[in-house]
Amino acid sequence: MRISPAVPGARILGLGEYQPATVVTNADLAARMDTSDEWIRTRVGIRSRRIAGPTESVADMAVIAGGKALAAAGLDPTDVDLVIVATCTMPSPIPHAAAQVAARLGIPAPGAYDLNAACAGFVYGLTAAASAVTSGAANRVLLVGAEKLSDWVDRDDRSTAIIFADGAGAAVVGPAATEDEVGIGPVVWGSTGEQVDLIRIADRNSYLWQEGQAVFRWATTALAPVAVEACRRAGIAPTDLAAFVPHQANLRIIEAIARRLGAAGVPVADDIVDAGNTSSASIPLALARMAARGDVRPGDPVLLLGFGAGLTYAGQVVLCP
Amino acid sequence: MANEEIREGLAEILEEVAGVQPDDVSEDKTFTDDLDVDSLSMVEIALAAEERFGVKIPDDELANLKTVGDAVTFIEKAKAAA
Repeated sequence: MRISPAVPGARILGLGEYQPATVVTNADLAARMDTSDEWIRTRVGIRSRRIAGPTESVADMAVIAGGKALAAAGLDPTDVDLVIVATCTMPSPIPHAAAQVAARLGIPAPGAYDLNAACAGFVYGLTAAASAVTSGAANRVLLVGAEKLSDWVDRDDRSTAIIFADGAGAAVVGPAATEDEVGIGPVVWGSTGEQVDLIRIADRNSYLWQEGQAVFRWATTALAPVAVEACRRAGIAPTDLAAFVPHQANLRIIEAIARRLGAAGVPVADDIVDAGNTSSASIPLALARMAARGDVRPGDPVLLLGFGAGLTYAGQVVLCP
Repeated sequence: MANEEIREGLAEILEEVAGVQPDDVSEDKTFTDDLDVDSLSMVEIALAAEERFGVKIPDDELANLKTVGDAVTFIEKAKAAA
């Protein structure tokens, strides 16, 4: 038996994002529940978030973000042979999103699967995509993080409705440009399943619930070392990063991790302010928007850090496309 | 360690984490209502107090620490047990 021809390295070839049209401001929420703009901003750092329309699905959002990523990469749908959708908010366990997303984009018969590592899903997906490329299992991979948290959040629960939102972000992953280019660095990942109960949707009739203080304690203590280790394994000093793009969980968590990363002066993604927490979509959404604004440029090293339910986490340095 | 030393240490932590004036930190004050400390800042205060006093303050215990005096008493007992 032969093995597939391997390639030495993988990189991100293009990024895309999609946010639904409906903006929900803190004032909108304050009109409906016992909260206020000041209360929300001081606790989670969010000013507004986007919520999908009633008939707008995870797959719908993934298709738009994925199509933009393909266009940014300068590729046709026929160039893609693997589609991965990172999501934890499909309306039902089957069918999964990836195959229908591929079909709607005109990608002919690719490998297709969904991946659930909750808010760490995009970084897990990047690792899977890069491994598929370097092993020869796929040539070009479309990876989308897409979430409709609003389907799983109690809109009258002020502890969650103020935080969670909808959206999608996508990346096309393919072979590195040269033999020695490393576009996707070593992943530092792991999980602490002992704390499985901290963030969960208990069953099909339940809403998302999290133990806020315990999650905050974990996120502000356990994750900075993961971020530091991802830089060390990539051989890049934190101060040499062009940006730090952590999962957009809560601005106070983001700031606490950034302080302990030791990357003074390095821009830190704060997309949460007007996007809310979109779980596996938050990192590609933030990165695509930073790239579109010119905050990061092609070839810039950026540290990604996903973390969330499971509990699960993954950090990785990548080069911007 | 005397109660007063623990109270002073907490006052320093409260000032650093939540911008509370040290003069306001007396044992009868509640964290939430009197000192305007939110639930996430309470975690940051607990983490800083754990480091400073060498004790463990689990989240379920944290929920019972309503006043500065509660926290002083908890830390004093935890130190004595350590």
